[in-house]
Amino acid sequence: MTMAQALNSAMDVMLARDPNVLIFGEDVGYFGGVFRVTEGLQKKYGRNRVFDTPIAEGGIVAAAIGMGVNGLRPVVEIQFCDYIHPAFDQLVSELSRLRYRSGGQFWSPVTVRTPCGGGIHGGQTHSQSPEAVYAHVCGLKTVMPSNPYDAKGMLISAIEDDDPVIFLEPKRLYNGPFAGDPEQQSGRWDAHPKGEVPDGYYTVPLGQAEVVVPGDELTIVGYGTLVHVAVAAAREAGVCAEIIDVRSMMPLDIDTLAASVKKNGRCLIVHEATRTCGYGAELSAQIQEACFWSLKAPIERVTGWDTPYPHAQEWEYFPGKKRVLEAIRRIMEIA
Amino acid sequence: MNPLTGKLHIPDAPFRPGQHADYSKVTLPAAGELERPDVLVEERLIRHMPYSMIRVLDTEHRAVGPWNPNLDVETLRQGLRFMLLTRAYDDRMMRAQRQGKLTFYVKSTGEEGFTVAQCLALRPGDMLFTTYRQPAAAIARGAPLVDMMCQCLSNSRDNLRGRQVPTLYSFKEVNFFSISGNVGTQFPQAVGWAMASNYKGEDHIASAWVGEGASAEGDFHYAMTFASVYEAPVILNIVNNQWAISTFQDFAGGEHCPFAARALGYGMPGLRVDGNDFLAVYAATQWAAGRARAGKGATLIELYTYRAESHSSSDDATRYRPVDDWQNWPLGDPILRLKQHLIDLGEWTEERHLALEAELKQAVMDAWQEAVSYGTLEEGPRPPVAAMFEHVYKELPPHLIKQRRQLGVEP
Repeated sequence: MTMAQALNSAMDVMLARDPNVLIFGEDVGYFGGVFRVTEGLQKKYGRNRVFDTPIAEGGIVAAAIGMGVNGLRPVVEIQFCDYIHPAFDQLVSELSRLRYRSGGQFWSPVTVRTPCGGGIHGGQTHSQSPEAVYAHVCGLKTVMPSNPYDAKGMLISAIEDDDPVIFLEPKRLYNGPFAGDPEQQSGRWDAHPKGEVPDGYYTVPLGQAEVVVPGDELTIVGYGTLVHVAVAAAREAGVCAEIIDVRSMMPLDIDTLAASVKKNGRCLIVHEATRTCGYGAELSAQIQEACFWSLKAPIERVTGWDTPYPHAQEWEYFPGKKRVLEAIRRIMEIA
Repeated sequence: MNPLTGKLHIPDAPFRPGQHADYSKVTLPAAGELERPDVLVEERLIRHMPYSMIRVLDTEHRAVGPWNPNLDVETLRQGLRFMLLTRAYDDRMMRAQRQGKLTFYVKSTGEEGFTVAQCLALRPGDMLFTTYRQPAAAIARGAPLVDMMCQCLSNSRDNLRGRQVPTLYSFKEVNFFSISGNVGTQFPQAVGWAMASNYKGEDHIASAWVGEGASAEGDFHYAMTFASVYEAPVILNIVNNQWAISTFQDFAGGEHCPFAARALGYGMPGLRVDGNDFLAVYAATQWAAGRARAGKGATLIELYTYRAESHSSSDDATRYRPVDDWQNWPLGDPILRLKQHLIDLGEWTEERHLALEAELKQAVMDAWQEAVSYGTLEEGPRPPVAAMFEHVYKELPPHLIKQRRQLGVEP
């Protein structure tokens, strides 16, 4: 399955299993979503359970909150994460804190699915990665899968989770793995081991990182599209790097990261979002706290620049293989 | 360019400190004047209604006209009792704030009537999404006074574990939704709650309130759009108490159009109601609830009233409005109006009224004594410090367990 199909399958499974699950968002109903992730679901489950909404992200999230309070398990799509900000107050001041502020009386198990990241010529309004913003908000869980198998298992976990989840989907990976080279075509998920996705129900727990490639010279920590870039760059560098997919920004599985960096003594953090106060800053701080006495070189970050995500300069902005490769070489040169 | 002679229109309040509270621009139809359409009426046939006002109690305190809900005397007395209890509660709590027992308090004086009337007109299974100026809703639903007080005191018995400032109550057991400090957010949430009710095939409805000030928030538009699009069984109320802290309702758009008329753009019935008239509010709520339960969707109700006191204990209204403004308010005091109506019916007396006031004052005093016996914020006992880390998530994640250990407050 592609990642888009795997996500679709996760919702299909949950709609069939739990009558309280319903799906709504802009263009998700009849049309099946602009990225086709909800394709066929309205036809299969009816308009009561899979439906279109007005263009009102704040209203979508607010309505989902109220539905969750009334016993439902809403899965909403925000068409691009760049459009999520009208819902910011409802996410940050309401959804995330309802359980806390009501002393556990009220809670709302909303899953907010939203495509993130660039590499599709989306310019500064269709390319952003806001994971750090939501990881900063206590009460929300924030996750980002990097492949079809995880995408399905994590989305089922998110829907079943009684806490609200911001579920970020790297849109460049919807239809194939992407190693960061725009000159080359995307790979095919059916040729990728993580493209093998069971049809039925299974879960991948939230809050667990995964060692994608084991290695003993360097640890590369990343998530989303950059996992694939890191794998390609390490291979080209000829370095035996351990590559870890963070998968869940909140809660963070720091133990898996720290164990690897303690072992290897060198760490590179990669992400697509802007650098300053990006999620890499938190990763760097926590890894340093846990691994300072094992470090042989400073922790480096390769990220998007601190500019909006441009249209014409997309590949100069994107932290591609070349920049990751250079960073790997810098870190490995330090004796 | 000379900005002093520019043409930008900035509204102002009709009166300010030192001036007479002049209500000559407030035009009110007589009680009983407006017709009562059938609950299932087509919205296009009642588009004049938001420009008029539903009033039942006339200047002689008689119930007149087609909106008279013809309530039995017991319901009227019950309403009066809840209103008086709310006023006694507010008075005691504000006094406690002035004595330093509470960090903050919000009074609802003059606005007890519409909340009590609406709660009595709704069913216990209907969910209430209130503002912080509606303790009457918790009281009318039967939330114990002691529990309300313990929340305000942030003491060991606070059901919200010391997390909220006073008055941001939550009582799930009586379908009273957790109050947010971010005004207006509850409006579209209530619509979602109501949509879920329809999804499940139940006939519970939601009722939500915002101040006229917060009706300027995007949340208001979201709520109206979703309620209209999905025909949600919800009553959306705008409490027009004329003031958002120091800004007059004109700053929320009231200068050019009644708030109830906003319903027209959404194809939704808009009712404008004398918010200090218990009977009118009861009748309008009954109408809207009946319509929602009949599958005809949402109604917008503007509750026309006046904020009698300062915005909160942190505010001083004499800095921006005359001292005699509420005394001259043409729609009076909801408690006195219902009391007078009952007296005119021969079902109430001044003596009984005084006795009830004394009884309720005593009940509030007794509740207060019990509440402070569970602690105060200043002197404790307070909720345990470790409670700070609970309910952020359903289960405590590793990083919070670690932070709790760092603070040294293992439970």
